[in-house]
Amino acid sequence: MKTSGISIGLAAALTLMSSTSSFAVTEISWWHAMSGANNEVVNTLSKEFNESQSEYKVVPVFKGTYPETLNAGIAAFRAKQAPDIIQVFDVGTGVMMAAEGAIKPVAEILSEGGVTFDKSQYLPGIVAYYSKPDGTMLSFPYNSSSPILYYNKDIFEKAGLDVDNPPKTWPEVWEAAKKIKTSGAAPCGYTSTWLTWIHLENFAAWNNLSYGTKENGLAGLDVELEINAPLFVKHFQEIADLTKDGVFRYGGRTSEAKQIFLAGECGILTESSGGLGDIVKSGMNYGIGQLPYEPEAEGAPQNTIPGGASLWVFGGKSDEKYKGIAAFFNFLSSPEIQARLHQVSGYLPVTLKAYEETKASGFYEKNPGRETPITQMMGKAPTENSRGVRLVNLPQVRDIENEELEKMMDGQQTAQQALDNAVTRGNAAIKQAIGQ
Amino acid sequence: MTPRAIFPNKFLPYLLLAPQLAITAIFFYWPASQALYQSMLREDPFGLSTQFVGLANFRHVLNDPNYLHSFQVTIVFSVATALLAMVPALFLAVMADKVVRGRGIYRTLLIWPYAIAPAIAGMLWLFLFNPSIGSIAVMLRSLGVYWDPLLNGPQAVILVVAAAAWKQISYNFLFFVAGLQAIPKSLVEAAAIDGAGETKRFWTIIFPLLAPTTFFLLVINTVYAFFDTFGIIHAVTGGGPGKATETLVYKVYNDGFVNLLLGESAAQSVILMVIVVALTAVQFRYVERRVHYG
Repeated sequence: MKTSGISIGLAAALTLMSSTSSFAVTEISWWHAMSGANNEVVNTLSKEFNESQSEYKVVPVFKGTYPETLNAGIAAFRAKQAPDIIQVFDVGTGVMMAAEGAIKPVAEILSEGGVTFDKSQYLPGIVAYYSKPDGTMLSFPYNSSSPILYYNKDIFEKAGLDVDNPPKTWPEVWEAAKKIKTSGAAPCGYTSTWLTWIHLENFAAWNNLSYGTKENGLAGLDVELEINAPLFVKHFQEIADLTKDGVFRYGGRTSEAKQIFLAGECGILTESSGGLGDIVKSGMNYGIGQLPYEPEAEGAPQNTIPGGASLWVFGGKSDEKYKGIAAFFNFLSSPEIQARLHQVSGYLPVTLKAYEETKASGFYEKNPGRETPITQMMGKAPTENSRGVRLVNLPQVRDIENEELEKMMDGQQTAQQALDNAVTRGNAAIKQAIGQ
Repeated sequence: MTPRAIFPNKFLPYLLLAPQLAITAIFFYWPASQALYQSMLREDPFGLSTQFVGLANFRHVLNDPNYLHSFQVTIVFSVATALLAMVPALFLAVMADKVVRGRGIYRTLLIWPYAIAPAIAGMLWLFLFNPSIGSIAVMLRSLGVYWDPLLNGPQAVILVVAAAAWKQISYNFLFFVAGLQAIPKSLVEAAAIDGAGETKRFWTIIFPLLAPTTFFLLVINTVYAFFDTFGIIHAVTGGGPGKATETLVYKVYNDGFVNLLLGESAAQSVILMVIVVALTAVQFRYVERRVHYG
């Protein structure tokens, strides 16, 4: 009897404590996947928002890698314990969009929360990617990035290459890479992170080639891949041949190759603009160029497509929470915050105003190359091929592509065979995922 | 005969069993029944639409050439890991048995690696064999071996097998040492007096008498290679390159958590459950019958 009395008292005390705290401030949980330097940014932003007002408190929680965070969110939703805000990477966009009953569109939250939401104030390429075909913005673009070329100026100099003019086309990259290797300036010429994102999805958009039918999936779910077209084959056969000669070095499926570049093993790297932080930190004498294009492609260079991640809000929460989330997103899209995010992390600014402010401040003159990811994405009005890639199971399709490309680079198959296999297997997986 | 325990109270035995039963129910029966149920559904990741499809998931999995491939990978991986974990362990145990001075120190040191978490063991090996910075990779390259487990499938398999086996050697060592102590010294000494050499004594006396231990360890190591090596594979290769190191367990994870095909992933875990039950049955029936106690 005695123990149960104590436990009842304890429970009552706990309830009291929790109810008083929730009376004071509404807590908003934010699950994210930002590690290292970008994690500090998340914590600083939350802290600044919490100190700027007293009604809401954003609580960021690190949940591991991008896929791990998405899975944690899905599992939590199924257990009816979903967080309020979750950061989902670009390839998870299709998964989230298909879950219409689970999420609440950000456009709705903003307008219901009394925040004036003017879509024209946001960078069109980014907003279009995170919107429904009818134009409703579904998620808030938090960190958007675009793949660019980084090069090690010391290695370029040793190899006798022009330090101020990085290669602009893929044939130029292959030439420069070969020269780096043969001159002994570095053990390898070129490496790249995220082959699927940079050399397939962005290669297609940047060279105005189709990645798949149905406008790469933006106009319908039953997509058939078209990545075995001649220019893709030519591009990957080059990579396969260069791998054999040790001119190109494969680092892994995600961003592992950045370490090879940072270690000074390769002279050229293609990586997300969001990887800039680590490269700056390393103290390397680096240069930035735009993503190389394929000169044989008509209309190239077109525009690149956004990578990175956006913030999704789960449905079924209290109005009070949604109001707080609207205030938080409003805070995030303020020009000062956006401009700072962009300048510190290398991610793209989400609003035009932040971009213009950064421009006016003279930041780009002082930091040449930092405007590249934006001009790449905004330079031309997007075509059917360059609005983005959206598949309900893009993570799975990327896995398939990676597997086939790895076999190709190991010399087990040609580029043509690898891409044909990727298309066949990818199409079958898409059919299965949409239940056909 | 041991005296039979008598419980005058009818409820006490059940009460004493309750915690164990609760654990079994919560951590085995409940998830297992969930897996069985989910293996017959087709569902979107968020569980918003659910469709009962009967055995379609099983049919799909068993007709998938990638699944059969991962079966092969698992068998090669398990046999290699079990062999590589047991042979050195037996050798070390026989040697350690001969040590007279400082026996305890030797044993402790040899048992040590068992305390390391699989993911950490994986990272250690990954670090040593990293093509760019690993010290062993550098040595291999200077010997003229083209070492690149990121692209070369067989090399990746060798790497995960080595990492998985290394961790298990300690466990096997422990059991072999115990097994060796159970062998009557008089037998070995009698053989020695009769003029049998060291090798002869090992193969004709020690090895046969260790057979029950060896068989027990073979089953345990196979189960270990099947199910407990996820952490190592996840840390070292992530199933790649291609699908060279994608074992059955890794495929369950990948299909379920990366590809979000929950029904198929559940069907695969049900198949794995059947395999475990079979392995355990073999172990109990066969091993228990063949063990020589003293």
